[in-house]
Amino acid sequence: MSVLVFADSTDGKFKKTSFEVVSYGKKVAEQLAINLVVLTINASDASELYKYGAEKVVAVSNDALLTFNAKEYAAVIVQVAQKENATVVVVDSSINGLYLSPLVAVSLDAGYASNTVSAPSSTNPFTVKRKAFSNKAFSNTVISSENKVIGLAKNSFGIHENPVSGVLESFDVQVAVSGVKSEKVERVTGKVTIADADTVVSAGRGMKGPENWGMIEELADVLGAATACSKPVSDLGWRPHGEHVGQTGKPVASNLYIAIGISGAIQHLAGINASKVKVVINTDPEAPFFKAADYGVIGDAFEVIPALIEKLKAFKEA
Amino acid sequence: MKILVCVSHVPDTTSKINFTNNDAEFDKTGVQFVINPYDEFCLTRAMWFKEKQGATVTVVNVGGAETEPTLRKALAIGADDAIRINVAAKDGFLVAKELAAVVKAGGYDLVLAGKESADYNGQMVPGMLASLVAYNFINGCVDLEVEDTNVAVKREIDGGNETISTSLPLVIGGQKGIVEEKDLRIPNMRGIMMARKKPMQVLEGSGALAATNSISFEKLAPKGAVKLVAADNLDALIDLLHNEAKVI
Repeated sequence: MSVLVFADSTDGKFKKTSFEVVSYGKKVAEQLAINLVVLTINASDASELYKYGAEKVVAVSNDALLTFNAKEYAAVIVQVAQKENATVVVVDSSINGLYLSPLVAVSLDAGYASNTVSAPSSTNPFTVKRKAFSNKAFSNTVISSENKVIGLAKNSFGIHENPVSGVLESFDVQVAVSGVKSEKVERVTGKVTIADADTVVSAGRGMKGPENWGMIEELADVLGAATACSKPVSDLGWRPHGEHVGQTGKPVASNLYIAIGISGAIQHLAGINASKVKVVINTDPEAPFFKAADYGVIGDAFEVIPALIEKLKAFKEA
Repeated sequence: MKILVCVSHVPDTTSKINFTNNDAEFDKTGVQFVINPYDEFCLTRAMWFKEKQGATVTVVNVGGAETEPTLRKALAIGADDAIRINVAAKDGFLVAKELAAVVKAGGYDLVLAGKESADYNGQMVPGMLASLVAYNFINGCVDLEVEDTNVAVKREIDGGNETISTSLPLVIGGQKGIVEEKDLRIPNMRGIMMARKKPMQVLEGSGALAATNSISFEKLAPKGAVKLVAADNLDALIDLLHNEAKVI
């Protein structure tokens, strides 16, 4: 028996979440006293994963799998799970991870615990803690099936180094017939995405109009951050929908979330409260966000932000 | 084209979340229930196919009688008929299996479901359902066009979107973008009156089993008070973020 982790990569390169799922898989394998096996698809240097405890890496290289396809990728995971006799499969909670995991669960007839935030509190019954009610609560969930799929929430378990001398095995797979064809991928280049960002700078209606976003982008640049916005701002068309964070928008689980001119409606807070440290900048001391934040500045964004940019630049140079 | 829209009955997004029975159950006291917002986007897109392309639209929900107002609301918005599968929605796998039985029996061409529900946020039902009935599947769909059996879709990816071609039969996990917020419809009086007369079929479940079980809930740990920094002392903020929070 084994724990199988899928370590996803983009253009051959691992994401931070890949190291987090491997760290998590290592922990679960230890708890169950079984082996850890990590699967990579077209990764350029799978040995990077040894550092996080991957004692065995099954590396699949196949030109038919260069573009993500949920059904094809799920079929690869299932083939490796069967070959390795895996009883637990761990996948990240990226957009692609969330797309393929339910397909893996059906193929393996496995209970699927998405949005898992912790190592099992018990392995018998197998119990994990999951986010629920749009980040307003947690659910302790027992997976009762023999096979189990765990979707690990981003930035929940953390990356833990655990160096091992791993072995690498290449494996040939059957590529499934998917019925779904990728025609075109459009992606903003040269910009940090909300999903990958350690820091997110987010702004709301307090910015008064789209013409004032220059300072938000500059602050994000200085911090190496992604930009985001509140729902009213995207509904008004000031910013693209892809930047809307909150309950019906994108979830944020960054290390640092800076909210500027956002009052902090319950739906907004639900979407961002998985972030570790929250800073609010708002003129209104009664804004609900101050109750949810770690650090706050009561002040006018139009004065605070330019000053903060200058001070951060000086800090970065020092 | 026969369309099935899966609608969940969920607490309104502004609801305060509390638990009862030793934190084993969600406390419904004083909670307003609504159509899951992600499903509402899908239902609205289905209405467009009904009006422009002559599709028929059935709505379905897995749940007890208390979920019927949500199905009636979907009928008032314009769905033709409703199915309620009279089973407690214990987990996503169970829900997907019950829905799969309905999809197979009804021979639907297009199944639309929100990519997640606002209560358990499992994000698994559409994908599981597609797998169980062997339909094509697109998740995180933000644009959907159907011409005969050819389908052009866009799905959201990190930092952009992907244009995809596929074909019916198809399951869609939808989200905002499949229609815009402004396109959402509020039922009018005529719709509400008509909805009362539209068929609502109640099916007993197929006896599918859940594979997971939520044994208890926890609220978020109480938050410490915010540390306020004066607007003219931003060095203090940088110091706190660097030395205390260690995030810059």
